[in-house]
Parts: sequence; C-alpha cells; structure tokens
Amino acid sequence: MAGTLVVAELFEGKIRKPTFSAITFAKQVGSPFAILAIGAGAGASAKDLVGFGAQKVIAVEDAALQHYVCEAFAPTVAKVARGAGYDTVVVTASAFGKDLAPRVAAKLAAGYAPDIDRVKVDGAKRMYRRPTYAGNALGWIEIATPIHVVSVRQTEFPPAEPTGGASSVESATRAPDEPAASRVEFMKLDATKSERPDLSEARVVVSGGRSLKEQFNQVLEPLADALGAAMGASRAACDAGYAAPELQVGQTGRTVAPQLYFAVGISGAIQHIAGMKGSKVIVAINKDPDAPIFQIADYGLVQDLFVAVPQLVTELKAQA
Amino acid sequence: MKILVAIKRVADPENLNKIKVTAQGKIDAAGLEPKPSPYDEYALEAALRLTENGANTKQRLGEVVVVTFGPKEAEQTLRAMLGTGADRAIRVDATDDALDGDLVARGLKTIADKEKPDLVLLGYQQAEDESNEVGQMLAEYLGWPQATFAGSIESEDDKALVVDREVDGATAQVRVKLPAVVTVLDKIVYPKGVRSKHTAPTHTYPDGVRFAALMAIMAAKKKQLAEMKLVDLVPDAAPKVRYGSVELPPKRAAGVKVKDVKELVTRLKTEAKVV
Repeated sequence: MAGTLVVAELFEGKIRKPTFSAITFAKQVGSPFAILAIGAGAGASAKDLVGFGAQKVIAVEDAALQHYVCEAFAPTVAKVARGAGYDTVVVTASAFGKDLAPRVAAKLAAGYAPDIDRVKVDGAKRMYRRPTYAGNALGWIEIATPIHVVSVRQTEFPPAEPTGGASSVESATRAPDEPAASRVEFMKLDATKSERPDLSEARVVVSGGRSLKEQFNQVLEPLADALGAAMGASRAACDAGYAAPELQVGQTGRTVAPQLYFAVGISGAIQHIAGMKGSKVIVAINKDPDAPIFQIADYGLVQDLFVAVPQLVTELKAQA
Repeated sequence: MKILVAIKRVADPENLNKIKVTAQGKIDAAGLEPKPSPYDEYALEAALRLTENGANTKQRLGEVVVVTFGPKEAEQTLRAMLGTGADRAIRVDATDDALDGDLVARGLKTIADKEKPDLVLLGYQQAEDESNEVGQMLAEYLGWPQATFAGSIESEDDKALVVDREVDGATAQVRVKLPAVVTVLDKIVYPKGVRSKHTAPTHTYPDGVRFAALMAIMAAKKKQLAEMKLVDLVPDAAPKVRYGSVELPPKRAAGVKVKDVKELVTRLKTEAKVV
C-alpha cells in the first residue's frame, strides 16, 4: 500500500469543512497520506493544511482551474495520484466529490466506493460500508482493483483536528487539456448567501413540512433564530414552493446529522428520513399522532405546529 | 436531437423501509413492486421535452432510446416507457449481482459508440444503490463533458445545453457542447425545467412526469425492443466492486411523547442536554 491521496474541497478559494472528514478517513486507513489542494486559492489553502499529519500537501493552482469543472480537475487529480502511485484517492461525498470521484475512478481504472460511512481495515483487505436503499440497508463492499477511489459521508467521519507538525508543501502542474474540457464552459455560480449556519455544518437544524404553507419562514425563522439553527425542509415543502429548494433534506437533498433536529409538520416519508436519521436527537412536532416521524423521534409532541412552535420559542427564552 | 436514456428498474422507492436482509446477507425485496427508479423517469421526461414541441407532444422531433440492464422482467418497464413516448428500447441482459456501476457505464459506452446519440440522460442516482456514478464514468469513457445534478436544462439549437447544476446550496451554471452526458434531479420535471427552441417559451408543462395513455401503451407493443448480451458489449465483463454482505441499520430506540412544550424544553435541557 503506497498511501492515500486526500483531495481537499475548495469553495471560492477557501477549504470546505468536509475536507477534514476525508482526512479522518485517511487516518483511519492508516497508510501515509498526502493532501491535494486544487483550484483557485490552492496555494494559500495548502498552508492551512500542513498541521494534519500529512506527509505533504500538494497545491495545483492554475488559471485553467479557476472554477471547478470536472473535466479539467479530474485529469489533474488522476495525474497526481498516478505520479506518486497512491493506492487510494479520497474525497468527501459532497456535490463536488460525487461529481469528481467517479470520473477520476474511470480514469484510473479504479473501483469506486461511493458515500461510505465506515471503513474496516484487516491487513491488506479493506471493506467499505455504505448506506443504500434510502438508508434502510448498509452494504459492505470490496474493491477488486489495485487503486481504490472513495467518497466519504462527512456526517459519519468527524472532522480531523490539527495535530501539530508541518507537512511540506509542494506545487504541481495541472494535467494537459483533454478534449472534453474544451467542450464545457463554466458560466456562473449563484451561492445562496445566508446569515444562518450551513445545513450540513449546523449543530441544530429546524426543518418544516408542507403543512406550514406560506407561513413556512414566518413560523420557523423565530425558532431557528432562538436556537442558532440552520433551516431545512421536506421535499414536499420545497416542491410546493413554500421553502427554497436548497433547504431540502433527504435522499434527494442534503444529508444532515446535527446534534439536534426538529421535524416540524413533517410526516416522515422514507426519502426524508434517509437524510436526517443520523441526527443525535430528533424532535418531532406533528398534530397527527400516527405520523411515521414519531417512530424515529426521541421526543414527540402531538400538537398543532402553529400553536406549538411560537410557544416553543417563548419557552426556550424563558428557560434560557 | 437523439437522446439515449438509461433506466434502472428498482424495488418500490416509497417502500424501501420494508426491505429485509437474508441470513446470507443479501437484500430481500420480495413483495415490493418493481418500478423505474424515479430519477430515471425524470430523465425520460426531460428527453421527451427536449425532442418535442410542448404544444404537440404526440410528434417527436428527434429520437429517444431507452436502455436498461436487467433480467427479462425489466422489459415491462421498457414497454411502459415506450408507451410514454420513447421510440425504441434496448435491454442488456444482466442481473444486479453481475453488475457494478462501472460495468454499466462501460456497456453504455459501447451502445453510445454505435447509436451515436447527441445526449445521454440519466437520473443523478438510482433509488437502490444511490451510487451516483454511472453518468460520470460514462462521460469519461466517451471523452464527453458531463453535467451532473441538473435542476434545469436549456437547449441551444440542439448543439449545446446550458445546465443549472444544484450543488450543496449553490447553483453552478455550465454550458456543455453536445454530445454530452447529463444526470438530472427531480427539479428537471418542474414546469420550466426543460427549455428548447421547439417549444414556445410561454409554454408551461404540468409539474412532474407524463403518463402513458392506454392507446399509446397498445401502440407501443409495435415499437422495437432489442436484446443485447453484456459480454458482447464489454468482453471483459468483470465488476470492479462487489457487495460482500448487507446488514440492516440499527433501529433508533423508541422515543417518548411529551405532553407539552414546557416538558419538551425541560427534557432537551436536562436530559438530552442539547439546548
């Protein structure tokens, strides 16, 4: 085993937190590892990655890599991986990693273990566990190729903490252009600006269902404010236009695992539960006592949400 | 425009919480009705919208070919899709045990080499494995650009697509020159999810996918459904990835019902210690 290459996720020139979950994976595997920072801000970001125990941090910054497009990034990731003979390439199972990793795997003729929540190392044998069937089954997979490509579920690998020490930093050049890269053009990125914490990084998430209707924000925002929470929503609430699409939690939307999750007026369709059942404590508020969400909630309150939520805001302040 | 749509037949996605695991560590989906993976249905709907004038959905302005990798029974799913409006179907004979995403991608590559579509559309992931990999791998094997997580597609004269990719709370817009591979989210079947020069910009589609009329299902019986062998498409048909065993996730312990908001806050503070 010649080591693991962690591909850092940069967004607008900054390291995204899921990167540190990928570093944790590398540490669990136990082989020496390197971190690759690629794209705009890679040089500066590399300096922030030297304290995590990597043998080295490799930065690739190039005008052609100013914006993320898979067709330009994948050849360079594959080139770095091949160059030093890494046997494992890991990214986080974010939209970035899920877009990038399969293309890198195909380039390296590598087997791909997507969105894993555990790794088990037994001598030379390695097994990866991943949730499938909307979180209703956990499959252990084995990879038959010499090189493995892996994406890790950030909610299941705690972010690595700095361990001191200083990895060396080196820069590398990008791979030559490939024809596919010349046929894709980055146009623009609309990032939702929000004062609230990011959904996948929040300690508390307050999610609402379709029954909130036009009062979605009016009812839930005070609760989210009181808890410093990120806001989430069921697919039904997003589809109906009551909540912004980027708030969707579930199989189709974001996977979250906060310390505390409020499901407000959410019945608990399996596709929603798939995205939040890793939460440490789940609170469900629903006037239907038979709603499936109560089967997985730690605390259930059977009450009209339009009454309960404002009371909850008041009570949180009273007991603060 | 000629579009290839890849379809996976899966156990009823709305009832996946009813699956069982056998003593041998295999999935047992007995009793769950087989259905097309929802995102693949959305891909088909997007393909139909791209190859028609929305005001006259009976006439195709291009060709839509649906492909699946599966056993004989999967032909039912393909027939339904022919009824919905696809022109032709291909079934690659294979069982899930013999496949991984990479092998499906390599098989699709061979089919695309022969069919020469302008676009391959897939759901961004299928409802069982949720691997989210086939489109990206296929794009690499073909040397084509990819646009994953597509929330909307606008066709520019059927030569290029402007795609809004929904990526972790942001929207990344890319323009891909055809031929290309695009994987779609559910938003693609919103009323304005797909736009092309064939359909007036004022046209609004009903939200969701279309259903086949009985007449169309009958007529679809005459449409071509070809069968292919996996080994003819991929001579070295060995999967790179194999499931060793499958287990059920631990059940969450049953919680408690609280009588009011006051008790809830007290318990969150003193018992769960999370606020």
